[in-house]
Amino acid sequence: MPKLIINGHEIEVAAGASVLQACEQMGIEVPHFCYHDKLSVPASCRMCLVEVEKTPKPVASCGLPAADGMVVHTDSPMVLKARRGVMELLLINHPLDCPICDQGGECDLQDQAVAYGSDHSRYAEAKRAVADKELGPIVKTVMTRCIHCTRCVRFADEIAGTPELGGVFRGEHLEIGNFGGGPLTSELSGNLVDVCPVGALTSKPYAFRARPWELQKTESVDVMDAVGCNIRIDTRGNEVMRILPRLNDDINEAWINDKTRHACDGLKLQRLDQPYMRVDGKLRPASWPEAFAAIAARLKTASAERVAALAGDLVDCESMFALKQLMLALEVPHLDCRQDGATYDMTARAGYIFNSGIAGIEQADAILLIGTNPRHEGTLVNARIRKRWLRGGLRVASIGAAADLTYPHRRIGGSPSAIRDLINGRDAFAKTLLAAKNPMVIVGAGALARPDGAALQALARELAEKFNMVRPDWNGFNVLQRAASRVGGLDIGFVPQAYGLGTRGILEAASSGKMEVVYLLGADEIDMDRLGNAFVIYQGHHGDKGAHRADVILPGAAYTEKDGIYVNTEGRPQLAKQATFPPGEAREDWKIIRALSETVGKTLPYDTLTQLRARLIEACPVIGAMGRLTKAEWKPFGHAGQVAVQPFEPVIANFYMTDPISRVSPTMAKCVTEIQRRDVPEAAE
Amino acid sequence: MSAAGQAKEDFTFTPENLSRAKTIIAKYPEGRQQSAVLPLLDLAQRQNANWLPRAAMDYVAALLDMPPMRVYEVATFYTMFNLAPVGANLVQVCRTTPCWLRGSDDITRTCCQKLGVGLGETTADGKFTVKEVECLGACANAPMVQINDDFYEDLTPESMAKLIDDLAEGRKPSVGSQTGRRGSCAQDGATTLRGKTS
Repeated sequence: MPKLIINGHEIEVAAGASVLQACEQMGIEVPHFCYHDKLSVPASCRMCLVEVEKTPKPVASCGLPAADGMVVHTDSPMVLKARRGVMELLLINHPLDCPICDQGGECDLQDQAVAYGSDHSRYAEAKRAVADKELGPIVKTVMTRCIHCTRCVRFADEIAGTPELGGVFRGEHLEIGNFGGGPLTSELSGNLVDVCPVGALTSKPYAFRARPWELQKTESVDVMDAVGCNIRIDTRGNEVMRILPRLNDDINEAWINDKTRHACDGLKLQRLDQPYMRVDGKLRPASWPEAFAAIAARLKTASAERVAALAGDLVDCESMFALKQLMLALEVPHLDCRQDGATYDMTARAGYIFNSGIAGIEQADAILLIGTNPRHEGTLVNARIRKRWLRGGLRVASIGAAADLTYPHRRIGGSPSAIRDLINGRDAFAKTLLAAKNPMVIVGAGALARPDGAALQALARELAEKFNMVRPDWNGFNVLQRAASRVGGLDIGFVPQAYGLGTRGILEAASSGKMEVVYLLGADEIDMDRLGNAFVIYQGHHGDKGAHRADVILPGAAYTEKDGIYVNTEGRPQLAKQATFPPGEAREDWKIIRALSETVGKTLPYDTLTQLRARLIEACPVIGAMGRLTKAEWKPFGHAGQVAVQPFEPVIANFYMTDPISRVSPTMAKCVTEIQRRDVPEAAE
Repeated sequence: MSAAGQAKEDFTFTPENLSRAKTIIAKYPEGRQQSAVLPLLDLAQRQNANWLPRAAMDYVAALLDMPPMRVYEVATFYTMFNLAPVGANLVQVCRTTPCWLRGSDDITRTCCQKLGVGLGETTADGKFTVKEVECLGACANAPMVQINDDFYEDLTPESMAKLIDDLAEGRKPSVGSQTGRRGSCAQDGATTLRGKTS
């Protein structure tokens, strides 16, 4: 570990760290543009110059490895003069349009120009102008502002794996862009706006809508998939203006996908802002007491055997827990939080979570994907696999539908028989798995949500054990869940109770008239036609499929409007925080269930969220480990049985629209028309 | 020069050029095929009337298994690649200091006036394109022009005009110095090694 002296203080840093990182470790700010923590280092902007004793000239600290005995100055007159020079050069062609620039107030160049810029320009010549580029519905460009740091090019190359950006022409004529190549096809393109240190790439949906200093910032968690990306919700008044990523190296690093970032404009549309009741076949506005009374009346006449409850994909743990308790009090056995109809075994927690953790992907050296397209089902999991692949020495194979995953992988087969072949050593990848130090299997909803999911789960466990994926120091058996509420729901036990029916059974019974009341807690992804004549209660925040079928609508809160615990696919509980208030008469979901419980005469024993959480954590201690991973005990799970021969199907047909929020989002609609429609003719070629 | 490159439906190498391309690619070590991008773009340009449509860049990218963007970067960086159609004779007038001091301005003016085009433009009959370029490395014989693959040196407005006439009528003018100077020896003949000539 090299020891060096920076501004007179000695510091020891990790081997391979750069001088810039050493400075940051000491809390010394070094201005920079091209350098980014998570990207390769080109050392091209020259803003991070420092003085190193015994070198004749200032050195770019981002590209200089810290070495033993180095004596570095970051505040000498030489450094100041050098940085001023660099800043003057950068500003030669940069327009003076900060007042009309969306980056204003959160611009690296603006901030650093305050520290190192001159009060006037010595440049009298005409500034160069660069034509703007069309990069699709997410990224807006004003290329004249570009300072050629190439962060966007490196991001697209390295993280996104869609090398569509580059620098064309040269010298004075150099332009960053896509050379007229159409919209960016990455699901991570919104991050380009974050990495751009100036206002060249800004957010198109957010263009000219707010200034950073007007915004309230709330640190929360994303619910668009089961990855549980850490986000910051920026609000003005009661409106979510934008969503940005929050650094969490265990989960999403510095990135989020475009749905996480931009589906938030769907929070303002088609909202359920007051209770509704179906009267004479039509939904009419109602008051809360009326709605509750109608539900209580139905629940009183229906026998518990003929009542069911389903929880959707965006539901927080607290409301699922409260609803489960209410249903148990009513002696209702038919509960399920797996609205995709999955029937896999959930008695062992290790059987339904991502045991290695997302960061654990970086230790893997062979990965087998079964029935999953991680690019769509957990974009940041896919980005992590790509990151691992870039480092070299990773082999990936997939059993499932063919897909472009942004890294090379061998498709062994499309149907479950390929798993058996692998276990029997009939495929070359078996050797790779046997030789691997940390082999990993990732099982997706494409496998587990099938009717034979439990058998496939057992088969995957057999494979994991056969290839030594489960050891005291390593658990490479991973399930990539695709719904934010899923692991929490399974942990709470929002699943069929003794003799109860699961999603498939509930729908079966309802369509044949054997189910009188169905309670949908934000469940929209089921076939509503199969609910038959059942009395449907829909509690949720959007007027989506569930609300259209409902007989009573209880308006709930979306994820930005309530405090809630979500457990991600790794089994990591995280707190989502309230950033705005639910619209109109809508309320937090647990409160609705608590109020309803009183009306039906089974009052739940808590009056505050804190009391509810205490009960929840008492019943389910793993959820108490906020932000941490709890190692799941490895024990047999899954049910050995017949596996069907059909090939695995992709579970997400349209990445941009997977839930009630993204389905109404205008930005997501634009992504579908401008990005996906463009893909179709290409695929046909 | 259009930023998007000129459109052209498709491009593939002729069988001869494809086998040449394979020979070129084979020169580079396994896994380093992308190094062949420059010679392959040159081959594509020669096959396609001395200019590179986007389809050709895409084709080379596919051949070398590299992202098209990386090929666009290379093709746009080098001025020797023409991204739009050019005339049958691409006249590149050197204008860097030695040529400029020796009258490159007159050469440029002669070309433009005689052909009736501006810099970067192509004559209506598609025979000539004129452009100015930086140093072509024949400073001792300034001023000079490069027409397609050949250098024509020691030019005067008169010899330049004759050159254009010859090319326009399909004659093949002599390459190199237009005053009959051998190589780059001094204008009045060799001054050294005179006794050693064989």
